[in-house]
Amino acid sequence: MKKVYDNATDAIAGIADGAVIMLGGFGLCGIPENCIAALVQKNIKQLTCISNNAGVDDFGIGLMLQQKQVKKMISSYVGENAEFERQLLSGELEVELIPQGTLATRCMAAGYGMPAIYTPAGVGTEVAEGKESRVFNGKEYLMEYAFDADYAIVKAWKGDTAGNLIYKEAARNFNPLMAMAGKITIAEVEELVPEGTLDPNQIHTPGIYVHRIFQGVDYQKRIEQRTVRTRP
Amino acid sequence: MALDKNQIAKRIAQELQDGYYVNLGIGIPTLVANYIPAGMDVVLQSENGLLGMGPFPFEGDEDPDLINAGKQTITTVPGSSFFDSAMSFGMIRAGKVDLTVLGAMEVSDQGDIANWKIPGKMVKGMGGAMDLVASAKNIIVAMMHTNPKGESKLLPQCTLPLTGKCCVKKIVTELAVLDVTPQGFKLLERAPGITTEEIISKTAGKLVVEGEIPEMQL
Repeated sequence: MKKVYDNATDAIAGIADGAVIMLGGFGLCGIPENCIAALVQKNIKQLTCISNNAGVDDFGIGLMLQQKQVKKMISSYVGENAEFERQLLSGELEVELIPQGTLATRCMAAGYGMPAIYTPAGVGTEVAEGKESRVFNGKEYLMEYAFDADYAIVKAWKGDTAGNLIYKEAARNFNPLMAMAGKITIAEVEELVPEGTLDPNQIHTPGIYVHRIFQGVDYQKRIEQRTVRTRP
Repeated sequence: MALDKNQIAKRIAQELQDGYYVNLGIGIPTLVANYIPAGMDVVLQSENGLLGMGPFPFEGDEDPDLINAGKQTITTVPGSSFFDSAMSFGMIRAGKVDLTVLGAMEVSDQGDIANWKIPGKMVKGMGGAMDLVASAKNIIVAMMHTNPKGESKLLPQCTLPLTGKCCVKKIVTELAVLDVTPQGFKLLERAPGITTEEIISKTAGKLVVEGEIPEMQL
């Protein structure tokens, strides 16, 4: 059971035009930088990307948008990306905007083997159009399907050769949910260690969900909104 | 005098109670954190996966893995915890978060809110707002009373695509504090020096004004 790959290029082998890909991260926090760079380099096209955001113009998924690699984006918030907004308003890019909790929970459902979930988010709005709804205890809920993604690409802080993952701080976000949800899950980590090294009590994503893992290099970890106080 | 953004935040902070878990949206709502009364125990939730959000870091201490939902670098306070996005919205959906403060483009006199899209012009997405307004027990909107064109943002019906229906409980603007009641907006307080007549003239939705309206105490 060899899960360890040398680099991003090897780890994304097999991803072809038209694939449905989940990409972890919130804004630029916790995004799989190495795999995005490899997808850009291989210039794989017609992708459907499920990711909370679409990066910024010159980083993250924004790099894939610049090359017009993305056919459809499924996201909750795209406010920081002018190229994205341009492609969306011009109709070049198909976009499905869905509530953030719905996005997260549809990933979770896929990883938990549940075909659908019920959520009140979006009831009475255009998000509800064409969706089945049901009333529980006097409140209306929308039925939302679990995602069906060919690949999930996530970023973790530490991982081991068995595929177990630990995330750092708010870089956890969508990563563990998407890690559970891919038919093939690819994890890039800042530090890859031999199995048996990580404390089993601290594992966020058990290795059963992870098919390919590699140690990433040259992390930029860009900050979108640098906000600081002056030191007293 | 109409309130400035910080004063709106300061007035909203008066709605906080000891022991509250609070989610603050982007913009004016974020400023509410600066006015939590001393000694009051309020835990801030950031929907990207953090309970116990602290102030911005000192220069040089920024951590790219530690941001809030507005993608700003932040810190944690003692007792904080991290979790994934499904759990984050799980605690919101399950009603564990006591108060949500968010901005709006429009609010109707039934408590409908619109804040995520202007068709053909601006599409940023709803982010977590639809989840929050669908489930939060108490929702306060912080916004300007009128849009840049001078048109009321407190309407009989929202004209923009909705974020949620019948969910807003209270609105604090630069002019007034209003509750959303079955009878429509109910004027509770005026900003210092602002007349009831001005508020009436700038409120397009149904507005209930009963007796003398007191000034806000800031």
